[in-house]
Amino acid sequence: MNRRSLLALSAALPMLPSTGFAQSATITGAGATFPRPLYERWAQAVREQLGIALNYQSIGSGGGINQITARTVDFGATDAPLSTAQLTERRLMQFPSVLGSVVLSANLPGVADNALRLTPEIIVEIFMGRVARWNDPRLVEMNRDIRLPNLPVSPCYRADGSGTTWVFTTYLSRVSEAWRTGPGAGTAISWPAGNGARGNEGVSNIIRNTPGAIGYIENAYAVVNRMTTTQIRNKSGRFLAPEMPAFLAAAAAADWTVPNFAADTIDLADPAAWPITSPTYILLPTDPPADKVAASRNTMRFFDWAFRNGGDMARRLEYIALPSVAHDMIRAAWARQVRDPSGAAVWTGSAA
Amino acid sequence: MKSSAIAPARRSSGSFGDIVFEWLCRGAGVFVLLLLGGIIVTLFIGGLPAFRQFGLDFLTSTRWDPVEGREQFGGAVAIVGTVMSSILAIILAVPVAFGIAFFLTELAPPWLRRPMGTAIELLAAVPSIIFGMWGLFVLVPFIQRNIQLPFGDALGTLPLVGFLFQSTNFAGTSIFAASLVLAIMILPFIAATMRDVFEQVPPVYKESAYGLGATRWEVMGGVVIPYTRISVVGGIMLGLGRALGETMAVTFVIGNANRIATSFFDPTTTIASVIAMEFPESLAGGLQQSSLFALGFLLFLISFIVLASSRYLLRPRLKG
Repeated sequence: MNRRSLLALSAALPMLPSTGFAQSATITGAGATFPRPLYERWAQAVREQLGIALNYQSIGSGGGINQITARTVDFGATDAPLSTAQLTERRLMQFPSVLGSVVLSANLPGVADNALRLTPEIIVEIFMGRVARWNDPRLVEMNRDIRLPNLPVSPCYRADGSGTTWVFTTYLSRVSEAWRTGPGAGTAISWPAGNGARGNEGVSNIIRNTPGAIGYIENAYAVVNRMTTTQIRNKSGRFLAPEMPAFLAAAAAADWTVPNFAADTIDLADPAAWPITSPTYILLPTDPPADKVAASRNTMRFFDWAFRNGGDMARRLEYIALPSVAHDMIRAAWARQVRDPSGAAVWTGSAA
Repeated sequence: MKSSAIAPARRSSGSFGDIVFEWLCRGAGVFVLLLLGGIIVTLFIGGLPAFRQFGLDFLTSTRWDPVEGREQFGGAVAIVGTVMSSILAIILAVPVAFGIAFFLTELAPPWLRRPMGTAIELLAAVPSIIFGMWGLFVLVPFIQRNIQLPFGDALGTLPLVGFLFQSTNFAGTSIFAASLVLAIMILPFIAATMRDVFEQVPPVYKESAYGLGATRWEVMGGVVIPYTRISVVGGIMLGLGRALGETMAVTFVIGNANRIATSFFDPTTTIASVIAMEFPESLAGGLQQSSLFALGFLLFLISFIVLASSRYLLRPRLKG
């Protein structure tokens, strides 16, 4: 009896997913690794609230763009925004989901967290390999109150292609003409000096192991792993520590009305703004075929819910929530840009 | 009557089975060749745009610039890094491997030979990612603190070869660390091959030499090495082939810098580690991805040549 019911159960099992509610409302996404912890946290809440399950694969921004271009997923995620031409060619629209910031972490024995002050000029010089020792007069001058050790400066960077590198090198290109025309900005570049490692954890490992090392890492990673960070002087000349108010100031100061939401949040003039922040983006097909319309709508419902209720979760994980004015503009863009095969808007408001 | 009726049936089913078996095996053999050819063709087609764009410069240029709008790809740093780290690894591994093989075949007491041989083969079974982690967390800090800092400056002042030890890189991840990890990884392959070929020397040769009053060292240098020379080189090439393609362990410890290493303590990169690092973020159909395919094709070519020559050198002795 027992055995027979077990058999019946096992026979029914393969049919369960096709009839189950969860399966009918699963959306798949692929792309950037940076927002993965947040998307997973949101996914957990959305599954309970809306019954939409998210299967997100953090294969990297480049992979996300490739996958959504091939339409093997419902949405792609990328740290670096695509240009209008790239979006049109791939029949995609993009919108930001959340912002992240990049911080510098240094291993200087005897120097406290956020005590070291760095100007954009000296950061460029360090990553150009032109600062040999930490007691260089230029560094000493801006750090009169701390004792800088006589250690070699060892810059380190992400060797794997990454959105973090894109954000940081975009910042360096912005503050230095020499960097823009030299190494340049991209998800992977040819670094003039230093050591490359894989991922935030690889860079952090070099920093921890090497007295005198300095590298850039995601703020969320730095906070969770208690990395020693530095102050950076922003465009208005103020030295800021990497803290949430400075990040939120950057998000609020950004101009979200630019095409495709490719808002520039790097090196803003706002006196309270952290200079190295960047949105991370979602890519959504503008022309979902009939069988993908539901998934497209569910993707928008997912992020609509996250925009309404996910701010606290984002803050707890050290992400920077978008200002609500941006949320409204994103909803308007959904209604305007994403059309089903009959030409009707897929997004019909939060109630849908 | 009965037996004669069964016998032909048995024969026919036997020969039918033979034919099926023969074609299955032939198919398996052809499948391997097709697979190999398919991989080469895929890599070549993938790399074609890069070869077209850069021509021979792809082999000689050290500029690897994936920045959008001014992409330029030259594989020289990765190619040189691959060859240099592998050759350094061979230089480090061969003397030790020789020592192991000599010990196992000539010196070790018989009860120790089998467990030690097994231990060396087990070393070959350690996954490469484990070597990478161990290299990054143990070896790299060790090199940094106990080799580069105490000896780097002193050795850097040597005439002529001093530049080999001078480096502004103090992170410990370097071509030296990569070669050391590689050397440990290929050690079991070379040692096992050497042991096997040393054992193939007919005992009568060695006994004759001992009979003439030769020492162990003289027997090794005068009888065993000359007899097995070609096979030993083949075993070394086998190790070289493995070192060339090693990815994860090297990526962890080499420093991943697109700069030619002029010192043992400089970071550089290899073909396999450039591909591992940049492939996931490269856009499909882009010049960067094509250049990575092209690098993959070159690596395949180099490894193929090395392994083919190792097979060729090992062939006569393995048959004997």
